[in-house]
Amino acid sequence: MRDSIFTILFVWYPYVCLTVFLVGSLIRYDREQYSWKASSSQILRRKQLTWGSNLFHFGILFLLFGHTVGLLTPTSIYTLFMTVELKQLVAVIAGGVAGVVCFIGLSLLLHRRLFDARIRATSTRMDIVVLIILWVQLTLGLVTLPYSLAHSDGSAMLILAHWAQGILTLHPVEASTLQGLDWPYLTHLVLGMTLFLVFPFSRLVHIWSAPVWYLGRRGYQVVRTRRALTGRSGPKSTHQPAE
Amino acid sequence: MKIRAQIAMVLNLDKCIGCHTCSVTCKNVWTSREGMEYAWFNNVETKPGIGYPKDWENQDRWNGGWRRKRNGKIEPKIGGKWRILANIFANPNMPEIDDYYEPFTFDYDHLKSAPEMEAFPTARPRSLITGERMEKIEWGPNWEEILGGEFAKRSMDANFEGVQKDIYGQFENTFMMYLPRLCEHCLNPTCAAACPSGAIYKREEDGIVLIDQDKCRGWRMCVSGCPYKKIYFNWSSGKSEKCIFCYPRIEAGQPTVCSETCVGRIRYLGVMLYDADRIEEAASVADEKDLYGAQMGIFLNPEDPSVIAQARADGVPDAWLEAARHSPVYKMAMEWKVAFPLHPEYRTLPMVWYVPPLSPITAAAEAGKMGTDGAMPDVRSLRIPLRYLANLLTAGDEEPVAKGLERMLAMRSYMRAKTIDGVIDGAIAKKVGLTSKQIEEMYHIMAIANYEDRFVIPTTHREATEDAYELRGQCGFTFGDGCMPSDSKVNLFGGVKLKNDKANTGALG
Repeated sequence: MRDSIFTILFVWYPYVCLTVFLVGSLIRYDREQYSWKASSSQILRRKQLTWGSNLFHFGILFLLFGHTVGLLTPTSIYTLFMTVELKQLVAVIAGGVAGVVCFIGLSLLLHRRLFDARIRATSTRMDIVVLIILWVQLTLGLVTLPYSLAHSDGSAMLILAHWAQGILTLHPVEASTLQGLDWPYLTHLVLGMTLFLVFPFSRLVHIWSAPVWYLGRRGYQVVRTRRALTGRSGPKSTHQPAE
Repeated sequence: MKIRAQIAMVLNLDKCIGCHTCSVTCKNVWTSREGMEYAWFNNVETKPGIGYPKDWENQDRWNGGWRRKRNGKIEPKIGGKWRILANIFANPNMPEIDDYYEPFTFDYDHLKSAPEMEAFPTARPRSLITGERMEKIEWGPNWEEILGGEFAKRSMDANFEGVQKDIYGQFENTFMMYLPRLCEHCLNPTCAAACPSGAIYKREEDGIVLIDQDKCRGWRMCVSGCPYKKIYFNWSSGKSEKCIFCYPRIEAGQPTVCSETCVGRIRYLGVMLYDADRIEEAASVADEKDLYGAQMGIFLNPEDPSVIAQARADGVPDAWLEAARHSPVYKMAMEWKVAFPLHPEYRTLPMVWYVPPLSPITAAAEAGKMGTDGAMPDVRSLRIPLRYLANLLTAGDEEPVAKGLERMLAMRSYMRAKTIDGVIDGAIAKKVGLTSKQIEEMYHIMAIANYEDRFVIPTTHREATEDAYELRGQCGFTFGDGCMPSDSKVNLFGGVKLKNDKANTGALG
């Protein structure tokens, strides 16, 4: 029983979540552009947002980057310049600091969303669900820190990294390898995958649209024309040099 | 040289009676829906006053418009691209809805459903955001109507810069004017420049600045970028919206709703030709006072054969060139120089211009002393301080505004002499640098203001740019989501916020 639950949760569930994440995002991007947005509520209440949003976003971006690099870098590569133990220590410290920063921000945002009348009244159910999942997820992540310090040899980290790499390379590891892990790791994994599951149905889609391309825009202005239809169907967008 | 055409607007403030018909008709057509209740694509402010949203002209506070850097280049005052992205999580330069006003409705239903009571039932206000009771309305889109509120607050108006404003707080010296405002459809819009998604664009054919509702992601930098605060964040849809210059009407050759319904007939629409290659140069001149002149410098004379030839080569249709030759906007801005841009110092090169209002002569006693010298009072003794108008329209340069006002006064004197005394007094015209013919035309367009003289709008030939075969059977106007029903209550993605139960709050719809 325990074995099959682990297989479902850590071998099948990741693929369900990733599929919904990718296919759902694609469908929504294709069919529902008007709903694709960051859903900022700053206009309604600035209070708690300036600190909350900045701390949260910088924290979570760092954590996202850290998780991606930390979980997906093959062991053989990073051991060229650091030991497994050192990597775990770096991860615990950096992740811990970013986690606390993010936690403060997220708590401010959650409090604002639940208890500010304007924000509460204009929130969708999904806005609140996503925020609560994120808060619990972050709390669980912070709870794993003492457990990680407890096995300073980095064994738990290696198990998790191999599991993540297995999922992405379509060679999932046996679910039984995760059975030795403590509960905070396991719940953190399941909830993390759930985030991918709800992603296309929530405001999280704005992550896909992080406007980094703005930095590469030539000049500032955007001009569109409809003229000279010959040879094409849609309106042409031209970026012209700085105006 | 790259010639583009734009439908520009002039508002003759001398004739604005502050009736708000423009605002109300605009609202009824475009913004009477959830999330946009607080937004007025067109609003009319009583000046002096801090306006809507509060203090919008104070760019030390809101950082709208452009900033000229030491190297002579300009960048949005809220910052260059890196800085704009760095502020994306929480925009430090964005007004809150309370700076506009919290939208509300009244409990109208109570008026007919109240039980028998001793006191007459009243309809009390209720927030359109939370649905909760609002005990006291403390601000609105036109709170300062006809000098409402204390002078101490209204005098925070940024246009008082360099004016000894204290005396204007005294009843006998007070002055006021109306300022109808809409999106300026700038040549160098900061909203578009600040949009990280590239969703805001200027249309090459008619210069209308629009937000692509499909591409807008709600990063809300445009709200801060626009110094006129004419971009509104729709809190329900999570996207920014702005005045669309009624483009479906303009394309069909009809005036915008605000212009069409203006009872004072103060609005003019006409084609302006400009050199798109010199926009940056004009917006970057060192001295703010030169910006008005610099913008006029890139407007092109539609009678000039070389301009016509180049415009044709750049794809401006002949009908547009013909309209440009009859453009009332060109005449007022360029030929008679009685219309001016709103706050050129923002470096946005706005395309909605204003004819400054005349006002009564300061003191009745002084009025008696004047009138002999060409029957024209000194524009510096008009009740509205010249400097105030100059701060509004020419970055503080009084000379052009004074000349414009003199020409308007001359028009009055000339026509008074003609119709009452039966004298054609060419000297009056000459004194202000015009010919009798020009004065008569000015009178015809600015005073008589016939419909066909006010609105010279060539139609857009969409049939040449759209494949009608592909368009057949498509859905008509939607909210940028193709045929997807955004206002459906059931939506797989993103949901639709219909939290305010309309039936309970008694709102529209």
